[in-house]
Amino acid sequence: MSEMTNPDTSRRVPASQQAMSVPVPGNLDAIGATVGVNIDGVDVKVPLGTTILDAAKQAGIKIPTLCHHADLCVAGVCRICSVEVEGQRTLQASCSFPVTTPIKVKTHTQKVRQARRHILDLMLSEHCGDCYTCGRNGNCELQTLAKEYGVDSFRFGHVEKPVHEIDRSSYSVVRDNNKCILCRRCVRTCLDLQEVGTIEVLGRSHQSHIGTFLDKPLGDVVCINCGQCINRCPTGALRANDQTDEVWAAIEDPKKHVVIQTAPSPRAAIGECFGMEPGTAMTFELNTALKMAGFDQVFDTNFSADLTILEEGTELLLRLKQALLLREPGAVFPQFTSCSPGWIKYLEHFYPEYIPNLSTAKSPQQMFGAVIKTYYAEKQGIDPKDIVTVALMPCSAKKFECNRPEMADSGHKDVDFGLTTRELAKMISEAGIDLPRLPKSDFDSPFGTPSGSGVIFGATGGVMEAALRTVIELVVGVKVEDLFEHADIKPVRGFEGVRYVELAIPQVGPVPDLLKPLFPSWDFLKGATLKVAIAHGTANAKKVMEDIKAGGQFSKCHFIEFMGCPGGCLGGGGQPIPTTPEIRQARAKAIYAEDSAYEIRKSHENPDVLKIYTEFLTEGPCGHKSHKLLHTHYTPRGKYIE
Amino acid sequence: MLMTAHERLAGEIRDLVQKLGRNRSSLVPILQEVQKQHHRIGTYAMQVIADELGIHPVEVQSVVSFYAFLDGKPQGKFVIRLCRTISCDMNGKKRVARQLENDLGITFGETTKDRHFTLEWTNCMGLCDQGPAMLVNDRLYTKVTPEKVHEILEECRRTFGVHATERKEAHLA
Amino acid sequence: MSSIQTYTQATPEAGLKRALGMSRPDIIHEMNESGLKGRGGAGFPVGGKWNFAASAKSEKKYIICNADEGEPGTFKDRVVLQEHADLVFEGMTIAAKAVGSREGILFLRGEYTDLREHLEDTLQRRREQKLLGDNIQGSGVDFDIRVFIGAGAYICGEETALIECLEGNRGEPRNRPPYPVNTGFNGHPSVVNNVESLASAACIMGRGADWWKTMGTAKSTGMKLFSISGDCARPGVYEFDLGVTVADILKEVGGEGAKAVQVGGASGRCIPPSEYARSIAYEDIPTGGGSLIVFGQQRDMLDVLENFMDFFGDESCGQCTPCRVGNLKLLEGVKLLRAGKCSMSYLKELCALGETMQIASKCGLGQSSPNAFLSVVAHFRDEIMGRTYSQA
Ligand SMILES: Cc1cc2nc3c(=O)[nH]c(=O)nc-3n(C[C@H](O)[C@H](O)[C@H](O)COP(=O)(O)O)c2cc1C
Ligand code: SF4
Repeated sequence: MSEMTNPDTSRRVPASQQAMSVPVPGNLDAIGATVGVNIDGVDVKVPLGTTILDAAKQAGIKIPTLCHHADLCVAGVCRICSVEVEGQRTLQASCSFPVTTPIKVKTHTQKVRQARRHILDLMLSEHCGDCYTCGRNGNCELQTLAKEYGVDSFRFGHVEKPVHEIDRSSYSVVRDNNKCILCRRCVRTCLDLQEVGTIEVLGRSHQSHIGTFLDKPLGDVVCINCGQCINRCPTGALRANDQTDEVWAAIEDPKKHVVIQTAPSPRAAIGECFGMEPGTAMTFELNTALKMAGFDQVFDTNFSADLTILEEGTELLLRLKQALLLREPGAVFPQFTSCSPGWIKYLEHFYPEYIPNLSTAKSPQQMFGAVIKTYYAEKQGIDPKDIVTVALMPCSAKKFECNRPEMADSGHKDVDFGLTTRELAKMISEAGIDLPRLPKSDFDSPFGTPSGSGVIFGATGGVMEAALRTVIELVVGVKVEDLFEHADIKPVRGFEGVRYVELAIPQVGPVPDLLKPLFPSWDFLKGATLKVAIAHGTANAKKVMEDIKAGGQFSKCHFIEFMGCPGGCLGGGGQPIPTTPEIRQARAKAIYAEDSAYEIRKSHENPDVLKIYTEFLTEGPCGHKSHKLLHTHYTPRGKYIE
Repeated sequence: MLMTAHERLAGEIRDLVQKLGRNRSSLVPILQEVQKQHHRIGTYAMQVIADELGIHPVEVQSVVSFYAFLDGKPQGKFVIRLCRTISCDMNGKKRVARQLENDLGITFGETTKDRHFTLEWTNCMGLCDQGPAMLVNDRLYTKVTPEKVHEILEECRRTFGVHATERKEAHLA
Repeated sequence: MSSIQTYTQATPEAGLKRALGMSRPDIIHEMNESGLKGRGGAGFPVGGKWNFAASAKSEKKYIICNADEGEPGTFKDRVVLQEHADLVFEGMTIAAKAVGSREGILFLRGEYTDLREHLEDTLQRRREQKLLGDNIQGSGVDFDIRVFIGAGAYICGEETALIECLEGNRGEPRNRPPYPVNTGFNGHPSVVNNVESLASAACIMGRGADWWKTMGTAKSTGMKLFSISGDCARPGVYEFDLGVTVADILKEVGGEGAKAVQVGGASGRCIPPSEYARSIAYEDIPTGGGSLIVFGQQRDMLDVLENFMDFFGDESCGQCTPCRVGNLKLLEGVKLLRAGKCSMSYLKELCALGETMQIASKCGLGQSSPNAFLSVVAHFRDEIMGRTYSQA
């Protein structure tokens, strides 16, 4: 297996919001040198060009920020991080001021404190919202600063009546511009980090506001529902569409059998909502909590993740067979993964001509929904119309996905509600349950076997790793452990935006029974080299897609994993706020640790999955029933709107 | 050959992009040209421009909404901009403004129903020593009085008559 | 007839011809010697700016003439472009030689579109005269200039906002540093100079730094153009040596007995009669763009303030909090004062806010927009406080 270099990862941002390369005075060779800064009397040495904000962090001094975000380019618009730099007439925004010469900085003089207080007063004068009734109460950066700076009155007034209509048109994201402080983090997220370009600043001066194209409702414009903007909004201006009331109502309804599936990423992150360190997995405590909250059954989404590997993997093998063995035209490569609903909608809007490349396999969430309302309902003897399926997901786009009209192959809405990690945390708190202290309990059968290959779906590269584990064992016929220590396929892991990996198939093994009806032998794959790639965040997806369009390296791939969100699902738009690269790193660690700890770590070894192929999907992967229940089609949407 | 209005507009924009360059730096000149030809930068135009330059429509709108001389809403054939800056103000801009509103039957920020005139304020036009100053499309008028307003509007209407027939013929052809 | 003697008397192309025969450091040295400071408002030494750009390493460099003159009450650049366009282009060409640039852009504000034809014609003629284009006057210097028309935004006069506009973005000022001389248009070093700065630079190159220094004061050398409007008998563009007193100017333009004078446009300061003896120079009352608006005794200073604050409320780019919301609060304050409903404590709060805006705003607009408010409150408190409602 060999790794190759990545394509260019430079970003496109309006220059006014860009952290530009800093010219170094004097000797250009001095790049890489350090410079001394004195901040509030503390001396630190930092690399040339470091911002005052970062230097202060190093000195252990906290400077408040609002428009700054670790994932985004510098904006320097809110001015709350202003500090005094000796010799400068005006205050300087520490987030954007690069240190290139030795300077003296003061971060909390009277002047600075007064300015910050004024800035807060001005923001609050325009911020219409009542903390009690806000979803971000207790987790709002504006609120925190107001407290820290002792805001005791609205010195410059306060808007009492909302001036903007709340936009509830989207299944996933609710926009309330009344609470917007124009920090533009959402704009930088959407335009730069995600390259979707749904929202921008419209108008000038005091008329400026964050708007969509033509100020249309979010549900009517090109938006992929990834919710990354929500994760980066400092206030309650952006939030996920909350469906906890509906879920409570279902739980309370004695006629309803309410089942919940939990995805790995929320389990690795929900502890953050309860004050735990990022990276503390709560998988089995959560099972207990969900039962206490009143869910009838708790299932592990890993089951359907493994199911996805078999369906999607078989689809890939079929495409390869068509191309290599039958030499038929029409086999479309590379095959794209289809688990991420944000990515799906991105492709439908921006690259609809590539829909044939998408695997027709549904996402694990939707597969599970369909299975519950058919196989499970039958097995338990429950009328599917009385079953309510809830999915705990790290994702806001899952809300849109479960409402797609085509997602009703069971004859009912396959998944009734997609809940985000944040919504579920709220339900648990509401129920007075102290999650971190709960005893552990197992998932319910028949979908209760913990599986490592399903867990790693939560991290970028995880789907690919799970797929490769299965391909190596089922096709190459060797143990993954023989090739990769502890079956950890490290080359596909990590947070590099785009990754490319090749897997040579020097030999082939016997075809397992499950796949015999489709493949008499693997000989057609002998000597082939499987080329795969991974991209996470739609900005990276775009790079790969443009490369494919141009006939570049990635167009020669066989299989590409795309995740809509940076970091994969663990960085999803439904995850706890805040999010930073470090937090995502910690969640990934928790996910890989969970994988390591499980006995079953390969999708094709998941006994529950094997069982469903003997009991229910008897034609095997990609058979008729699979196709009806577990596969779907897509809608070319394009990017033009009326 | 039969072309829809959309196709014609898209073709026009493509020609412009060809001429001015397919990069973001051409955005403002392209928008200015479209504004001049069509008296607005319409929804479809913004999307085509975005597509051509490889940016997003909302980015184009963001730029359009920033600049006073670019407009997403349809404007009149004659855009009248009266300077509201202090020197013109002191020289009697208020009376000129009232006369304009009276003669056109609209207030500032509006366009006449026949789409002939749009009335707007502008900030300083650098004619402070000859105020009140007024801009009609690209043409300057200084020391405007309420009396002169009528003359200027009549002048516009006369040229408009000519243009109206030209347009009609073009349309028929 | 032009009222600008210095420009009228300049020998055409003398400065350019001299510069073409000089080395880059010598040109910059001459500019430094002259002490010419930028005439666009910020007053940064022209020679210093050219020097930064000259020492920046880059394939491409740009000379940008800032003709976005949008400061209320300022119109000298319009007159210069109309009557002395050649001098401006000459100055740009000299700057190009000094920093090693091949491309110039004249950023003309949209409101001045009527000048475009004249400017394009002038450029064409200069090309034909081999004053522009490849190998100018056989010197081996290649340089050409294009005209870019703004789209109607005062803030685009701010040099980094101007560059944003050139790049096809909203005209929102950038974080500085880095400065345009290092990272300007499309990332290349760019010199942004005011129209008058460039025209005067051409004169200086023609007649020498020593001649320039015979005018003005030691710290504020040379002459400066002033746009004069408002309540005076003879408004127009005037040329005065720096260091001239407000009273002298008022006498010259027939504005004696004025109640107040606004120096430097809307973002400048309001000067009361008690200070008419002060001089206009970098060391005393800053010139700003060099505009004087004269207010007669009959003027209501709150009318004036409201007009100014309206302007800033409209023209702030809106990206930073102090300016976007602050200007609105100051405008509301003026309205409260007019209605006679502003308490002294709130007025003080507003003044403190103004001071915050001056130091915490991202660019010069928000940093200077409270000037008028603060100076009117300081000097005309009697007039503005305790109004009865009927005056509103
Ligand atoms: C809000 C604002 C508006 C400005 N408008 C102008 C302008 O219209 N013309 C100008 O030459 N400079 C203007 N400037 C100053 C420019 O930023 C810049 O300093 C100047 O063009 C540099 O040229 P100079 O050094 O020759 O003066 C403005 C600055 C600010 C902050
Ligand atoms: S001070 Fe005003 S004009 Fe300048 S960046 Fe801030 S909001 Fe924009």
